Amino acid sequence: MSETPEQKPQRQDNSRVITRLLGSVIIMFAFGFALVPLYEKFCEITGFNGRTSNTAAVANYGMEVDQTRVVTVEFHTRVSRGIPWEFQPEVRSIRVHPGEVKVVNFYVENRTGKDVVAQALPSVSPGEASLYLNKTECFCFEQQPLAAGERAVMPMQFYLDPDLPEHIHRFTLSYMMYDLTDQARVTTTASRSE
Amino acid sequence: MSTIVTDTHSAHDAHDHHDHHPKGIKRWLFTTNHKDIGTMYLWFSLIMFFVGGSMALMIRAELFQPGMQIVDPHFFNQMTTMHGVIMVFGAVMPAFVGLANWMIPMMIGAPDMALPRMNNWSFWILPFAFLIMLSSFFMPGGAPAFGWTFYAPLSTTYSTDSTALFVFSMHIMGMSSIMGAINVIVTIMNMRAPGMSYMKMPLFVWTWFITAFLLIAVMPVLAGAVTMVLTDKYFGTAFFDAAGGGDPVLFQHLFWFFGHPEVYIMILPSFGIVSAIIPAFARKPLFGYASMVYATAAIAGLSFLVWAHHMFTTGMPTFASLFFMYMTMLIAVPTGVKVFNWVSTMWRGSMTFETPMLFSLAFVVLFTIGGFSGIMLAITPVDYQYHDTYFVVAHFHYVLVSGAVFSIMAAAYYWLPKWSGVMYDTFLSKLHFWCSLISVNILFFPMHFVGLAGMPRRIPDYALQFADINAIVSVGGFLFGFSQLIFLAVCIKCALKKGEPAPAKPWEGAEGLEWTVPSPAPYHTFDVPPVIK
Repeated sequence: MSETPEQKPQRQDNSRVITRLLGSVIIMFAFGFALVPLYEKFCEITGFNGRTSNTAAVANYGMEVDQTRVVTVEFHTRVSRGIPWEFQPEVRSIRVHPGEVKVVNFYVENRTGKDVVAQALPSVSPGEASLYLNKTECFCFEQQPLAAGERAVMPMQFYLDPDLPEHIHRFTLSYMMYDLTDQARVTTTASRSE
Repeated sequence: MSTIVTDTHSAHDAHDHHDHHPKGIKRWLFTTNHKDIGTMYLWFSLIMFFVGGSMALMIRAELFQPGMQIVDPHFFNQMTTMHGVIMVFGAVMPAFVGLANWMIPMMIGAPDMALPRMNNWSFWILPFAFLIMLSSFFMPGGAPAFGWTFYAPLSTTYSTDSTALFVFSMHIMGMSSIMGAINVIVTIMNMRAPGMSYMKMPLFVWTWFITAFLLIAVMPVLAGAVTMVLTDKYFGTAFFDAAGGGDPVLFQHLFWFFGHPEVYIMILPSFGIVSAIIPAFARKPLFGYASMVYATAAIAGLSFLVWAHHMFTTGMPTFASLFFMYMTMLIAVPTGVKVFNWVSTMWRGSMTFETPMLFSLAFVVLFTIGGFSGIMLAITPVDYQYHDTYFVVAHFHYVLVSGAVFSIMAAAYYWLPKWSGVMYDTFLSKLHFWCSLISVNILFFPMHFVGLAGMPRRIPDYALQFADINAIVSVGGFLFGFSQLIFLAVCIKCALKKGEPAPAKPWEGAEGLEWTVPSPAPYHTFDVPPVIK
């Protein structure tokens, strides 16, 4: 094909469009990864994924307890698949007034024949309630070493923020127990990002 | 679209020079010709259509009766996974890229695609991607079995090592799609013949232009998601692992941020095809050309705001559910505009029912049925009933098989005379149409009922009360599958040039630059750009 005079400026045009499109591809690839911290931040602000804060809240004993409201908190425990542990709350649900500080004990028993390090991760449903659940003390803040056959009682102390929205009368706090023995061997610091 | 008037001298180019190109395998390996590459894409997608289809038949054979008959559950899961992956990435998408390669330069009066060498590369990496994917069947534990949606933790914690092959072949397919999309955009922006303004472009070109931008926007996100799966599984990251601080639901957000635009990538070019064929056989210009363009752009824009309608049951806040429900329903408006325009184009037209038109008419009706079941699925409260049932399977097969695949068949029949230079076998093509139309409805329509009754998808066994309907569905599946062999016969006959020689414009009412060149289209067309007035 012979080169016509019109083909020259067009070729420059091509490289400009190609550069922009390749730039968009790179930006969208980066955007995919940027969604990870963005999603985390979004969930932290909105409680979208029901994860509670994993740092202890400061107990405010002077706080006014809202005697007019009663909220049912249900507890649910699970152990990650294939691990023969026992993990139970002492009660299935309790009724609390917003602002009232309560303690609930969880029982765990390592039925395996070896020492393990475990950690329970909380999740609240509906997620909106997670923003108003403040734990002043919780076993879920750190990893739990459990010797072979060992039993332990793990306390969780919490109160509900009196600002809890009116339409929430009941919510579920679920704990999933994970075996972190392999990860704990590598690093002793908590692997949670916060 | 305004009438296209071409310079008369553009049609005689073919006789000016010889089709000088290497012969034999080298022609196909090293070709940079858009027609050769288009042909290879189309044959590749037809082969993959049969590979993916035979997996579907294995699924239907197992589901013919309740209980476990032919395959074990793990192999059944491999079948559902690979059927989905191959049909989406191996059959439907390459078919559209093949059509784009063949038709876009000829429709806009360009001599070739803008980036012919990249074009060669974007095709030739594709067979290797699927070779890698399919070779995973021979690994211990077999091919991926986590569904084409590869949700974490199924694809991370609970998958076999075939995941690595899955991820790499996805990377290659993504690269191929992105290169194809860049090529389409540059071609359309810079290679239009003088006088071919944006609003004079045929709708197939318009819909592909918008599709290409969707590909550029979402394929990199898919590449990111599969990379995260790979590093979660092998390199100790915890993007989707709750034990390490990640969130498995994040995977679904990432996947469907890609996945929903992806389903429009697989349907927008169909809209373009049908918008070319219906006016040709109704012998009337397309009703509402501009509104078609805007509707396509609107659908593409909205596709980025609806992804979480795939995730209503993950426990989203009510506000988010409502937002995604309303946004999803909003898509029915531009889609309705399109269906209205097609019907209005046919209104009082002098219609004839050649095979491409028959497939297009079937597309309009059956795609609309799929659209309606989509609106039903969009309703959050009832989605809790439909989620992960055969109702969903019925819905997306209506839009993908009797939608996208039927439009590809329509396109093939419409342009086969132009590609091959011979008329396809009319009797066989009509037989193919009627067999496909009847069997596709036997195959997918009853799925709505078992779905509403609660039969879950991706399960190799089912409760006894679903037995009769599943038997009917399986019969439909086998009829549909074997009907496609008629299409293969038609294609082979055309490729072997067995048939009546086709004139440059075999369809009386057809419009567009592609009909101004002889049939078969010469190796090089529009070396001298036509002038559109």
